[in-house]
Amino acid sequence: MAGLDDLYQELIVDHYKRPRNRRALPDADRTAEGNNPLCGDRVSVYVKLENDRVKDIAFEGAGCAISTASASLMTEAMRGRTLPEAKALFEEFHRLVTSERTDGEPAARLGKLAAFAGVRKYPARVKCAILAWHTLDAALAGGRDVVSTE
Amino acid sequence: MSFDVEEVRKNFPILAQQINGRPLVYLDNAATTQKPRAVIEAIRGYYEMDNSNVHRGVHALSVRATEAYEGARRTVQRFIHAAHPEEIVFVRGTTEAINLVAQSYGRSRLSAGDEILISAMEHHSNIVPWQILCEQTGASLRVAPINDAGELLIDEYEKLLGPRTKLVSIGYVSNALGTVNPIREIIASAHRHGIPVLVDGAQAVAHMSVDVNALDCDFFAFSGHKMFGPTGIGVLYAKRALLEHMPPYQGGGDMISSVSFEKTTYNTLPYRFEAGTPDVAGVVGLGAAVQYLQGLGLERISAYEADLLGYATESLAAIPQVRLIGTARHKASVVSFIVEGVHAHDVGTVLDCEGIAVRSGHHCAQPVMQRFGLPATARASLACYNTRSEIDALAAGVRKVVEVFG
Repeated sequence: MAGLDDLYQELIVDHYKRPRNRRALPDADRTAEGNNPLCGDRVSVYVKLENDRVKDIAFEGAGCAISTASASLMTEAMRGRTLPEAKALFEEFHRLVTSERTDGEPAARLGKLAAFAGVRKYPARVKCAILAWHTLDAALAGGRDVVSTE
Repeated sequence: MSFDVEEVRKNFPILAQQINGRPLVYLDNAATTQKPRAVIEAIRGYYEMDNSNVHRGVHALSVRATEAYEGARRTVQRFIHAAHPEEIVFVRGTTEAINLVAQSYGRSRLSAGDEILISAMEHHSNIVPWQILCEQTGASLRVAPINDAGELLIDEYEKLLGPRTKLVSIGYVSNALGTVNPIREIIASAHRHGIPVLVDGAQAVAHMSVDVNALDCDFFAFSGHKMFGPTGIGVLYAKRALLEHMPPYQGGGDMISSVSFEKTTYNTLPYRFEAGTPDVAGVVGLGAAVQYLQGLGLERISAYEADLLGYATESLAAIPQVRLIGTARHKASVVSFIVEGVHAHDVGTVLDCEGIAVRSGHHCAQPVMQRFGLPATARASLACYNTRSEIDALAAGVRKVVEVFG
C-alpha cells in the first residue's frame, strides 16, 4: 500500500513551503524554461558557471509540492558540481524516481534527494518531480526551447 | 419518493473495491461515470449473441444487430424527446458532435465577418472546433463573460447577439464550475435574432431530464460515457430541417445510397452522417444506459443529487482553508475547490491515498481557470450512486490535506 508519508516527507513539505534559491539570477550563463502542460506548472532554471562548475543556481516558478521541493533541493545539490557531475546526478535522480528497482538503498551520493524515492509509487506524479531536472539538463545543454513533460 | 442509493450502488460492480486499503470513493463523475451491470451485460450479450454488421446482410445476425442499433436510436430519441429518430446521429462523443456541426453546418454557412458566440465557461471541446472553423472561414469567435460566482452575464450575452452572429454554442452545465446555465433563456434570446443554438449537454444528461423539443435547441450534443454508458459513443441531436441541408461530415460506407466514379448519391438521414461501420456495441450499451437512467427516474436523480450537492458544499465550505470555485445559484453535481497554499495535484494525491478519486487540474477548461486566476482546482463531481458518507470521507480527506501541509 502506498503511504502518504513516503511521498510527502517532512523534507519535501519543508522545501515546498520554504523553497531555497527561488529567485532570479540576472547574470546567469545558462537558462531554460520547463512546463508541464498537464498541470500548468512552469519553472525557469538559471545557472551561473565558473570554470565549468555550477557556481550559482536558482529557479523561479510555482507548482505543486513535489515539483517545487524537487527544484529547491536540486539547486542545493547542484551547487559546486562540475558539468559531468551534474549530468551524472541528473541521471541518478531520474533513475530514483522512475525505475522499478526495489533493491534498497539509493546511491549515497543522492543525499537528501533520496527523499523522492517515494515518487516512483505515484506514476502520475513522476513528471512533477522531474520537471526542474529536465529543465536544468536543457539549460546545461545550451538549448533554448521550452522543455515540456508531454 | 425515496431513492435507495445502497440498492443503486449494487448495480455498479466497480464500486465494491478498495483503493489503498480503503473503500473506493469515486467522485470523478464529470470526467466519466461508472457502468452499471445492465450496460456491461448488454454489451457482452451483443457480442456473445448478435454481433454482425448493420444495414448490410440479409442474414439473421445482421438483422438482429440492425434492430438492436436502430432500437437504441429510438430509445435515445424518446430519452431526449426528439421529434424524429433520424434527428439522432451517433458519433464518438460530445467532441465529435460539436466538430461535426462546425465542419458541416458551420463551414457551409459561415464566411468572413460572421461570428460564433460561446461563453467564458466552455470546455475546450466547445472552443477549439470553433477556432478551427474561424481559421477556415474568416469568422470570429465571441465570448460571453461570467461573474465571480461562475454565472453567465445574461445581459452581456444578449448584447453580443447581432446580425453577424451565425451560431450560439453553450454548455448546459459547466464541467469545471457546476453552473447550470439558463439555457431556455439563452436559446429564446438567440432565436429572437434568428440564430440557431447548439447546447453542449455532456454534463447535463446524467443529472436532469432533457427535452430538446421543449428547449427548442437546434443542436444538442452529449456523450454516452458521462451517463453510465460506454466510452467512444455519443449523440448529436439536430433538428431535421437543419440536418437535411447539411453536407456530409465524413465520406465512406453506409452514408451513401449509390456510388459510381461519376456520381455518388448520399444516403438519407441520419445515415448520411454515420460513415463507416458504427460502434454497434457502443450504441447498444448506450441504449441500455438510457433505460437504466429511465428506470431510476431523472426527476428522482435530480432531487437526490441536489441534496447531496448541498451537503458536499456545506461540508467543504466548513473547512476554513477551502475556497469553493463556482458558487452559482443553480448548480449541478460539481464542487470545484482549492485548499489555500496547496496545489490541486497535491490535494488529488493525498485524497487518492485515502481511496478518494477526484480530478485535479484545469478540467479541459483553461480559460475558466484563467478567469479565476488559478492554475488548477480540485473537483469532486457527483453521480447518483454517491452517498453522504462518501462526502464525509471527502471532507475528512481534505482535512488530512490541511494537516499534511499545515
